Amino acid sequence: MNDFTTIPDYGLSWLEASGDHADIVLSTRVRLARNLQGHAFGPRARVNDREAVLRHFKDSCERAETLANGSLLEMPDIATRTRRILLERRLITRDLLGDEESGPPVGTAVHLSSRDPVSVMVNEEDHLRVQSLVSGLRIEEAWRMVDRLDEELGRELPYAFHHEFGFLTSCPTNVGSGLRASVFMHLPGLVLTKEIGKVLQGLSQVGLTFRGLYGEGSEVVGNFFQVSNQTTLGKTEEDLVDHLDKIARQVINYEVHARQVLLRDARGVTEDKIWRAYGLLRYARTLSFEELMNLLSGVRLGLSLKLLPGLRVYTLNKMMIFTQPAHLEQAAGHDLPAAESDAHRAAYVRRILATEGEVTLDENTPEDPPVTDPNGR
Amino acid sequence: MSENVCDSCGSEDASVRLTQIENDAMSTYHLCETCAAEKGLEPAPESAGFPLTDFLAQMGDEPSSKDAPDTQCSFCGLTFAVFRETGRLGCPHCYETFETHLRRLLRRIHGGTQHVGKVYLPPDPTASEMEKRLEGLRRKLHRAVDSEDFERAAELRDQIRSVEPA
Repeated sequence: MNDFTTIPDYGLSWLEASGDHADIVLSTRVRLARNLQGHAFGPRARVNDREAVLRHFKDSCERAETLANGSLLEMPDIATRTRRILLERRLITRDLLGDEESGPPVGTAVHLSSRDPVSVMVNEEDHLRVQSLVSGLRIEEAWRMVDRLDEELGRELPYAFHHEFGFLTSCPTNVGSGLRASVFMHLPGLVLTKEIGKVLQGLSQVGLTFRGLYGEGSEVVGNFFQVSNQTTLGKTEEDLVDHLDKIARQVINYEVHARQVLLRDARGVTEDKIWRAYGLLRYARTLSFEELMNLLSGVRLGLSLKLLPGLRVYTLNKMMIFTQPAHLEQAAGHDLPAAESDAHRAAYVRRILATEGEVTLDENTPEDPPVTDPNGR
Repeated sequence: MSENVCDSCGSEDASVRLTQIENDAMSTYHLCETCAAEKGLEPAPESAGFPLTDFLAQMGDEPSSKDAPDTQCSFCGLTFAVFRETGRLGCPHCYETFETHLRRLLRRIHGGTQHVGKVYLPPDPTASEMEKRLEGLRRKLHRAVDSEDFERAAELRDQIRSVEPA
């Protein structure tokens, strides 16, 4: 069962662009941090702790309905590139890869359900990280799936639970509910209109925080922001989830408004940026991942504003994932040095755009914009 | 350019990083707080909030806890000094070992110390644990009914029945 191809839908259902506001919200994730009684937490866990945690988890899997028939991938047993692909698909975190020399720590694993888009990471910073990852803005639904799986596992496993502090976690910032819900949002309108600073500042005032593409400590790339709850203790899970949902919808409204402002005050410039981005993607011979992300941001904005008819959100989502280094290596069948990787990335993008990204000019996209008024005012 | 030099006025205390998209290229600017404020930017939440490690570093220095760095968890052997350095606890028992400090820390991070969410039931639950668990489940049931999610409601009803004393 350690073959990557046994993973249901290859763990990519969150790319399908099916949820609410899928052009702005790429995905929603909800995770619960859980630990077992009687064993040291991840960073201090000894080999026997780690082995025991994995053994207990495996036993409980058999009786947890959601996990039945799923795939358990034990990190030390699978190929390095497969691990990196799992990371690039956001199904595991860097912790599970371990360091380059010694590889994944003993007992690290991920279990992917075949029924729901839910998974469990084993022996990460916490013994278990139960999570769901879905397309679009679907916080409530993601929470329900995680809650159901947590109930199933909680009936089998002796969780570390404190009458006052709740579910105990390695890091005190996760204790209580152990819940972190995050929405992955594309906010180019707010960045271009320079309103983003105010919005991000506002988030911190309502108990939310933001991160870049790859979670904690990572930089904001391609105008993608991960917005999540800051605190985990003292509120019910439902309140945390509702609050994030409410604020995320407000941020979407601000973003939509900022885009209207762009179209009203700088239509010419905005259209030019979008078409240039499309043109570069369509014809460039090398692309770094960062450049790609920035160009995709422009094209995604164009698609949202209906300026690039014929293009689908799913195509763009796919381009973000399949152009990462391990995915390109998998397609090429061998390792790729950075420069080669950039050429393979550009080739992949050209191919996808040629087959499913041909933009059709219709009445909504005037071929001859008003010459007298380049800024559209 | 150095990350400490403000790109706007050249002073050496740039603490705000601004990422912008201009002409299809992303540029990152480093700004001091004064210049950032002029551009209408506030410090990002991560820096506006309190840094966990700074707070942890101060904890042991307070007069009431001067012996704290030596305190050690009897289960996993974590010392307070190491916790202060890493910000990670070693095991469930650490929560009791460092309870006094943690209580203060949790109030600072979360604004309180009392968990009000899901209640986990150990194999031999006490009456009050059962009651708390039921309370939580009933709360969820109300929500499910309010939002007309009857599939969920049925699931919760079954869970409540399994917990309720016969």
